[in-house]
Amino acid sequence: MSILVNKDTKVIVQGFTGKEGSFHAEQCIDYGTQIVGGVTPNKGGQVHLGKPVFNTVSDAVKTTGATVSMIFVPPAFVGDAVMEAAEAGIELAVIITEGAPVKDMQMAKAYATKHGMKTLGPNCPGIITAEECKIGIMPGMIFKKGNVGLISKSGTLTYEGTNQVVQAGYGITTAVGIGGDPIIGLSYNQLLPMFEADPDTECIVMIGEIGGDLEIQAAKLIKEQVTKPVVAFIAGQTAPKGKTMGHAGAIVSGSAGTAAEKMAALEAAGVKVVVSPAEIGKAVKEVLS
Amino acid sequence: MNIHEYQAKQIFAKYNIPTPKGIMVESVNAAVTAAEELGGPIWVVKAQIHAGGRGLGGGVKLAKSLDEVEELANEILGMTLVTHQTTAEGKLVQKLYIEDGADIKDELYLSVVLDRKSEMPLIMASTEGGMDIETVAENTPEKIITVPVDPTIGFQGFHGRELVFGLGITDKIEQKNMIKFAEKLYRLYMENDAEMIEINPLVKTGKGVFLALDGKMGFDNSALGRQPEIAAMRDYTEEDADEVEAAKYGLSYVALDGEIGCMVNGAGLAMGTMDTINYMGGTPANFLDVGGSANAETVAKGFEIILKNPNVKAIFVNIFGGIVRCDRIANGIIEATKITDVNVPVIVRLDGTNAPEASEILKNANIANLIVGDDLGDGAAKAVAAAKGA
Repeated sequence: MSILVNKDTKVIVQGFTGKEGSFHAEQCIDYGTQIVGGVTPNKGGQVHLGKPVFNTVSDAVKTTGATVSMIFVPPAFVGDAVMEAAEAGIELAVIITEGAPVKDMQMAKAYATKHGMKTLGPNCPGIITAEECKIGIMPGMIFKKGNVGLISKSGTLTYEGTNQVVQAGYGITTAVGIGGDPIIGLSYNQLLPMFEADPDTECIVMIGEIGGDLEIQAAKLIKEQVTKPVVAFIAGQTAPKGKTMGHAGAIVSGSAGTAAEKMAALEAAGVKVVVSPAEIGKAVKEVLS
Repeated sequence: MNIHEYQAKQIFAKYNIPTPKGIMVESVNAAVTAAEELGGPIWVVKAQIHAGGRGLGGGVKLAKSLDEVEELANEILGMTLVTHQTTAEGKLVQKLYIEDGADIKDELYLSVVLDRKSEMPLIMASTEGGMDIETVAENTPEKIITVPVDPTIGFQGFHGRELVFGLGITDKIEQKNMIKFAEKLYRLYMENDAEMIEINPLVKTGKGVFLALDGKMGFDNSALGRQPEIAAMRDYTEEDADEVEAAKYGLSYVALDGEIGCMVNGAGLAMGTMDTINYMGGTPANFLDVGGSANAETVAKGFEIILKNPNVKAIFVNIFGGIVRCDRIANGIIEATKITDVNVPVIVRLDGTNAPEASEILKNANIANLIVGDDLGDGAAKAVAAAKGA
């Protein structure tokens, strides 16, 4: 088992024939993901990477029955692409693109919600169910199958965390990169209950960072609904106030959104909080044995 | 991206948001000429820097004669202004805004910000104008009115009513004035991809007119491409020179006050690396994200920027190679050490795709000062030890 995606998930790629889209779509196909086609306006009818290209998402969905779209279009077109996917009946849009205007994401997310479409990202590494389905840009080979679910705002910390889990002798059910923008799609509070319900997931690793209060909300939910052990790391304990730390959403505004505040809330909710990402593997081992 | 008050007021004017008349100047002579043109009899001489708290820092002063304008312009122009929002070194004042004095009856606060919780623009208002809003929020949170506006429906009548009744405005003409003011401000926020607009204080004149006495605006960097007029207002002299230089090469850099330079791929891991150094008893000298596609050129640039900081006693390069292969990065680091004169110990930890090959390459390169870290913890510990030994 896993959450959200598995070996049967049919995926299309928006921005399929572009440089990034092509490169990563090919990597996903090699991993075993069922990429069933892609969308690039005015290239409908062509074949790319052995898969059909469509002019619109609507055409692609009708022909292929895809339920997930992986979005690689340039930042200025992300909002449009997400809304097109929602309108066409896609169930989950995985938005990889970095640098989408915040206003566009407000509109697109509201529209997606109205159509019952889930979104992931933007500015995220994607989602991977180990040894079944990779929808994103993560290095597939490090994700060994196992019993740990992982949720992270950061791409490289997803890899770091996964690597440690594997080194510690465990593996991953599904790893989800939720992105570090101010407005993101699926987050801890939607994903934690999915992992809680997944019979194969026995432990959850949650990686957060400074800015916003998603981790605080997660702490509340964990306290009330999550029975499985949770290991957490919050990046940015040493970040200065008022500075954006790489991710657009990673900023401590005034006294809000600090790592200390989030770590305290998670600890109070019974989460095993580590002060360095180097301790994630050890902590997972501790809670699982 | 932030802009100056005088620029914010140019944008207010475009939206017919009332502001006192004013002129931006860069010399004392121009300040006097501007004051003459405005006519007086009272002027405000205001330092133009990208930070709040200018008044308390001595950067905003009232003049009652042209002689006083000259005197104050002389005093403020060229001064280094330290406020609670600047660094301890403060900011050099290079521009002044000479403004008509306003007839102030009441001081309010009004802002539009992105509320990450509701994922909507949020209008915030308070009767406690002229004060630091964070202090108001802390001590008297009931004095702050918040009105979220769903961007898919935009500013409606009810938003305006919540605002004016919340502020206790009872005069019908004043209510209408305030609602119009807020509606225009919301429109400005949306149409220009603003991230934050703050007017503190927003004043009510004796005639019941609302005026933006101050104006602070920040914009979404991701949207600057489609906002050329806003992008043109960028004042690079207000930004950290190293951060600006780093950004040209696709590097995201923030200077800190520690001793260990950090070069990492990915923002999350970069913060995590700083935290680990701190946990191991060291102090990070910077945040530096070289991005997803670290290569010899970006790594070399990273070394150059890190080494500009005289406090740096060791550099920790921490890369988790995903799609990018570690052996390529290892070669990039070797290239970079040839281009740049790296005179402090460099601890390199490469993990992920082709990591064992990368370690071999680094070991065989026989570069003095280069230490290989086995994993994040080991690398950080070695960096802390190296910084202490140096």
